[in-house]
Amino acid sequence: MLRFLLRRALSAVPTLLVIATLAFVLLHLTPGGPFDSERVLVPQIQHSIEARFHLDEPLWRQYLRYLGDLAHGDLGPSFQYRNTSVNELIAQGLPVDVAIGGTAMLIALLLGGSIGLLAATRVGGWRDRLPMGLAMLGISVPLFVTAPLLILVFAIRLQWLPAGDWVSGSWRHLLLPSVALALPYTAYIARIVRSAAIEALASPFIRAARAKGLPSLTIVLRHALRPTLMPLVSFLGPALAGVLTGSIVIEQVFGLPGIGRFFVTGALNRDYTLVTGITVLYGALIIAMNVLVDLCYGWLDPRVRARQ
Amino acid sequence: MTEARASLLRVRALSVSYPGPQGPLRALSDVDLDLDEHECLGVIGESGCGKTQLLLALLGLCGSAARVTGSIRYRGEELLGAAPARLAALRGRRIAMVFQEPQSALNPYLRIGEQLAEGARHHLKLTRRAALGRAAELLELVQISAPAARLRLYPHELSGGMRQRVTIAMALMCEPEILLLDEPTTALDVTIQAQVLEVLRSIRARTGVATLFVSHDFGALATLASRLTVMYAGRAVEQGAIGELYAAPLHPYTSGLLRSLPRLDLPVPLRLAAIPGQPPDLAQLPAGCAFAPRCPLVHPACAERPALRMRQGDHQVACHCELPAARIGEAWS
Repeated sequence: MLRFLLRRALSAVPTLLVIATLAFVLLHLTPGGPFDSERVLVPQIQHSIEARFHLDEPLWRQYLRYLGDLAHGDLGPSFQYRNTSVNELIAQGLPVDVAIGGTAMLIALLLGGSIGLLAATRVGGWRDRLPMGLAMLGISVPLFVTAPLLILVFAIRLQWLPAGDWVSGSWRHLLLPSVALALPYTAYIARIVRSAAIEALASPFIRAARAKGLPSLTIVLRHALRPTLMPLVSFLGPALAGVLTGSIVIEQVFGLPGIGRFFVTGALNRDYTLVTGITVLYGALIIAMNVLVDLCYGWLDPRVRARQ
Repeated sequence: MTEARASLLRVRALSVSYPGPQGPLRALSDVDLDLDEHECLGVIGESGCGKTQLLLALLGLCGSAARVTGSIRYRGEELLGAAPARLAALRGRRIAMVFQEPQSALNPYLRIGEQLAEGARHHLKLTRRAALGRAAELLELVQISAPAARLRLYPHELSGGMRQRVTIAMALMCEPEILLLDEPTTALDVTIQAQVLEVLRSIRARTGVATLFVSHDFGALATLASRLTVMYAGRAVEQGAIGELYAAPLHPYTSGLLRSLPRLDLPVPLRLAAIPGQPPDLAQLPAGCAFAPRCPLVHPACAERPALRMRQGDHQVACHCELPAARIGEAWS
């Protein structure tokens, strides 16, 4: 187990290096720079700014400097947010995304999981077709439609919840964005769980369990749940990494200070360090989630555990 | 065999069909059979003749798409159309089944101890501890060494023969009265087959559990069964004491099947004898005898379906032909 984790941590290093390099190169390849604007700066000021951020150095030196800082866990200073480091920006924004993303995933798992299981035990009936039709709708309708609709109904018409803004620790501010973000994931999870459960319930060992005279609930929960969770787990890993790094749509609609927004504005402003930093963070999260997924596989399936 | 005996299991006119694109697929048609206490009845037939369907129908496990008709009486109680809860109470408790492929009948995600214990915990209300204790006893009965330690293993950590012995132990957990064996040796190596048959034989000797043993292996059946039912295209075509049936088969199909077996006491032929042709499509069964298209003794009467009838003593056969066994055998050569 420990060896497995150590091996995975070591193999993550080259992956992260590639991610950081690609992000760095691609950003510097895009035309324009962080301090370009319509207002032409006095050459001296331009020079002093570039010197401060080492932009006057040859690119390979900037690259090595960046990697050196990265190795120390320092993502560098932001080019746009004065006197603020990328680490500080992420530390500000990430908790917001973790709170909303985590809540959204929890809702999606509980709701989608139970809908999927229920539908799988009633294939072809209305309790299967109705939720699956709704799930198709949930997948198809984009967030920038559902989120404003939720605001319209629950914040403006009913006035139950605030329409936006962020108050740390307030569940009322957390609820609406989480539900909005949870909707498509609930739909995905319901469909994944349904098809996985149908497949699991058709396996010969389920028939053998029925031949033992076990109650249906025991058969579903003890015999069919684990094989059902396998495809779900592989979906959840990357999905979790995705929601934790913020949804730009949700953050924009609800006016939340998450890192999704930093990522997009950073890219527009050529804020090299900010964009590279968030990219590296996202890469690291994906890698971590994949390790978690593999650990879950092992926990669920003894055959996988034996191989780990 | 007197009329006074009460059948443990009495099956009459059992039919199973599934909806198919070309009309209903008749997996099982009008099967009658009786299983007495402590008896072992063999059922033989080629793949797709309805052997497994018969066992699944007895447990009420054919699935919601299947149409099952006829009568299945367990100690006089009608099981066909019985409440699902009643069937579930009998399954695993009074009637237990061993499946053909142990690797797919065991849940790969659960320790075998848990899988062995769960039936007894549910039916006999044993505590987890007591059920695991009983599981270890049964593993010993099926000749698995170090049983207590094996309980903690997962199915993939066992060999094929050991897995099948585990599923046999699993079927015996609640001391059932009827054991259904669905080709328990087919998926195993020949040497392992012999071991598993020996385990089954000794269990029957110790517990006297009535057994319905389905197989396509005459040799395996001969080690356990006293009576045999031969099935063809979903029907029972011949029934009788196993010795009599082997020595003097009265149905041309049985005769042809036995002739196709390699014989140790005869010189090895260049080619094994085979019955020409294919079994019929279950969606388009002929109106008359299903075996007629392949039968060397076919004659006009075969256009009408023959019923199973007594020929000699307890020996029943579904054939219009009145010839003695020797003449039927000659027809094949």
